[in-house]
Amino acid sequence: MKFFLRKIIDLIPTLLGISFICFILIRLIPGDPVLLMIGERGVDPARYLEMKKSLGLDLPLIKQFYLFVQNIFHGNLGTSIVSKNAVWNEFIMRFPATVELGMFALFFATLIGIPLGIIAALKRNSFYDYFLMGTSLIGYSMPIFWWGLILILVFSVKLGLTPVSGRIDLLFDIPTFSGMMLIDTLQPSVIHSEGFAPFISCFKHLLLPATALGTIPLAVIARMTRSSMLEVLGEDYIRTARAKGLSKTQIVYIHALRNALVPIITTLALLFGSIITGAILTETIFSWPGIGRWLVQSITARDYPVIQGGVLIISFMIILTNILVDIIYYFLNPKMRQG
Amino acid sequence: MKIIFLITVLFNFSLNSNQALAKNFIYCSEGSPSAFNPQIVTDGTSVNATANTIYNRLVEFDAGTTNIVPALATSWDISKNKLVYTFTLRKGVQFQTTKYFTPSRDMNATDVIFSIDRQRIKSHPYHAVSGGNYEYFDGMEMGKIIKNVVAIDPYKVQITLSKPEAPFLANMAMSFMSILSAEYADKLAKENKKQEIDQLPVGTGAFIYQSYLKDNSIKFLANEKYWGKKGNIEKLIFAITPDANVRYQKLKIGECQFVTEPSPADIADMKKNSSLTVLEAPGLNIGYLAFNVSKKPFDNINVRKAINHALNKESYINAIYMGSATVAKNPIPPTIWSYNESVKDYEYSVDLAKSFLKKAGLPNGFESEIWTLPVSRPYNPNGKKMGELMQADLAKVGIKIKLQTFDWPTYLKKSKTGEHQMIQFGWTGDNGDPDNFLNTLLGCGAIAAGSNYSHWCDKMFNKLVTDAKATPDVAKRTALYRTAQKIFKEQAPWVTLAHSTSYRVMSKNIKGYKIDPLGQDIFTKVIVE
Repeated sequence: MKFFLRKIIDLIPTLLGISFICFILIRLIPGDPVLLMIGERGVDPARYLEMKKSLGLDLPLIKQFYLFVQNIFHGNLGTSIVSKNAVWNEFIMRFPATVELGMFALFFATLIGIPLGIIAALKRNSFYDYFLMGTSLIGYSMPIFWWGLILILVFSVKLGLTPVSGRIDLLFDIPTFSGMMLIDTLQPSVIHSEGFAPFISCFKHLLLPATALGTIPLAVIARMTRSSMLEVLGEDYIRTARAKGLSKTQIVYIHALRNALVPIITTLALLFGSIITGAILTETIFSWPGIGRWLVQSITARDYPVIQGGVLIISFMIILTNILVDIIYYFLNPKMRQG
Repeated sequence: MKIIFLITVLFNFSLNSNQALAKNFIYCSEGSPSAFNPQIVTDGTSVNATANTIYNRLVEFDAGTTNIVPALATSWDISKNKLVYTFTLRKGVQFQTTKYFTPSRDMNATDVIFSIDRQRIKSHPYHAVSGGNYEYFDGMEMGKIIKNVVAIDPYKVQITLSKPEAPFLANMAMSFMSILSAEYADKLAKENKKQEIDQLPVGTGAFIYQSYLKDNSIKFLANEKYWGKKGNIEKLIFAITPDANVRYQKLKIGECQFVTEPSPADIADMKKNSSLTVLEAPGLNIGYLAFNVSKKPFDNINVRKAINHALNKESYINAIYMGSATVAKNPIPPTIWSYNESVKDYEYSVDLAKSFLKKAGLPNGFESEIWTLPVSRPYNPNGKKMGELMQADLAKVGIKIKLQTFDWPTYLKKSKTGEHQMIQFGWTGDNGDPDNFLNTLLGCGAIAAGSNYSHWCDKMFNKLVTDAKATPDVAKRTALYRTAQKIFKEQAPWVTLAHSTSYRVMSKNIKGYKIDPLGQDIFTKVIVE
């Protein structure tokens, strides 16, 4: 219990620190949201000051930061300079799209990555091993924007199997329920009026972006599984299991894989961060309306409240995932329970 | 094998379902609008999604031109002293009926006054809603120009100006002068939801707002009660697709029927495709290199002339614009009235450049900096590459150039305060009036405002453009602007580089679309065959 409490108490200074660094960093990049709105056009200096004042950017930095933190404690993340909407509303509108894409990508990566890693480990130093690990290295090094375009050219334009971009065929009108299209298209009212066509359309729209986004995690998971499996397969208890005459399947899946999974789960949690970074590029190429594009756009527009708020929420979630992993660890690894 | 077969069947099944519906028009646009009210937006993306679909203005630009034609006003009178404009409103125009608003009366003078006064009067109950910044209204100085707006009767609105202002009528046709419903505003005020006026729009235009999913799509339905002529689109959908290459792929496989801003590299390929129509028109823009004349050695006219002779502009057209531009000699594009054909451009000549440098007392050249445009704009798609070509050209006459650039916000900030020596910039016209280029970019008053990047203030030139602004007579204005262009060329505060060509690509079955000189996309009269 003490262990969890400490984790949660640690959260507060970490988040404060992140907010402060983020707050300072975006203000260190030169440029000014007001001038950006004006563009090539000129502006009267008095009018310029007036606009700055209306956005609260005329206050001293310390005061601005103080107000930002004070607002957070009141549950207010600020208002976007560009859209004038509350940051939290903007976030919550887009987040389900990123979750859907990210989950699908991770699912794809795990489903393929773990078996590949196991095969590579079992056939160590064989042709399969070199081939699989070589391919995964290529997958890891491929730039997402390039890979995404190649996928579009091959699967959409040449083969005509998948749509180019977007979330669903735009002629369908799907009422928002969860914000995750795969779920929303299964609402009874939708099925009643359109059948399963929206669901299929939505699924097809997910395939390419999820593949593009899932490729790097796939490579990481495959390599991680291989090394973790190799380590476990060399342990004494595996030799004992073999000596007992257990079947190969039992050894690999019950004794080896279960123990090898511990580091893989940590990797999955760390990949959460890389999924968010990857989403930034993937979402741009595939016109996916998630938080990745939202953040990029707000950086180019110097939309300070959105960047601050967005980074704060995302870091909060990444930290939370790590705490969750610690908890799962706690149950998977008996040693931690005793300590 | 079986599985592959099954997958293929499944895919084809739902692909076919897309094509059955006709009269739908999907437009691959490049970004999300920042709000659904043309009064508070300035970018083309937002203007297309609002002013050109949902709203109308008292006067509008005729499709494909910058000529002003009646819209919500059927006629207008200008008083003898050029200060009072009286607009007669069209009768029987209904605001749109939407899920969130049903109008009880026709559009009248109250709506016009509401729309102008919200932007103009600081104490107006709607002024501070959504931040209270009316960037375009203020940028065009409408607050200073308009002295008063009153209704003479429900269908007559009188606008009094503070001084004679020839471009006023053109300003009235711009997106931010769209007419909003005062009745809807009152309803929202009563419900304490004022900010919704900028998110859930109600206008008089040809399309009714239906839904918007940020970064994904905007959907409109045809307005059956539209007062003007319209095409046959029933459902208008904006598919927001930021990547130009992806837009093209979507067009190819029929996921959209129309793409905006194709990448110049794809144009040749698009023209070869027999199922596509490629339209092109000269853009209302200018790309230029400005000398900061408040800094040495650019205060010396001979240095400016030398650089004008040293740059091989013709070579930039192919290398930077992929051939989709024309060399510029005047600061306004040839599509704008009063364009002076007779102005002679500085020819490309290393010898002439050297002789002007000698005259300037710098026979061995000098060292300087060029700031290269950090963003891709139609008037200059690749500032960095152009900078490298300029560097090479100027090296031939002994001028050593260091290239410098910053990210866009920084670039704007530093250049407005005049930290640069030479800088790449450009401009896209707002209303097709020469004043919008000559005075906005080169007038003395524009130095303080920060849009005169060469800090050039020529008394003669400034007098010509300010006089022209106060003269409503087009023939007189034309004469003044033509002289102004001569002085500009002689004084050479810029190197005028290029006017880019703008392209729109659509499926063959789309008819009736006219490419707009102001660069906007208007689908009111489009017919889907």
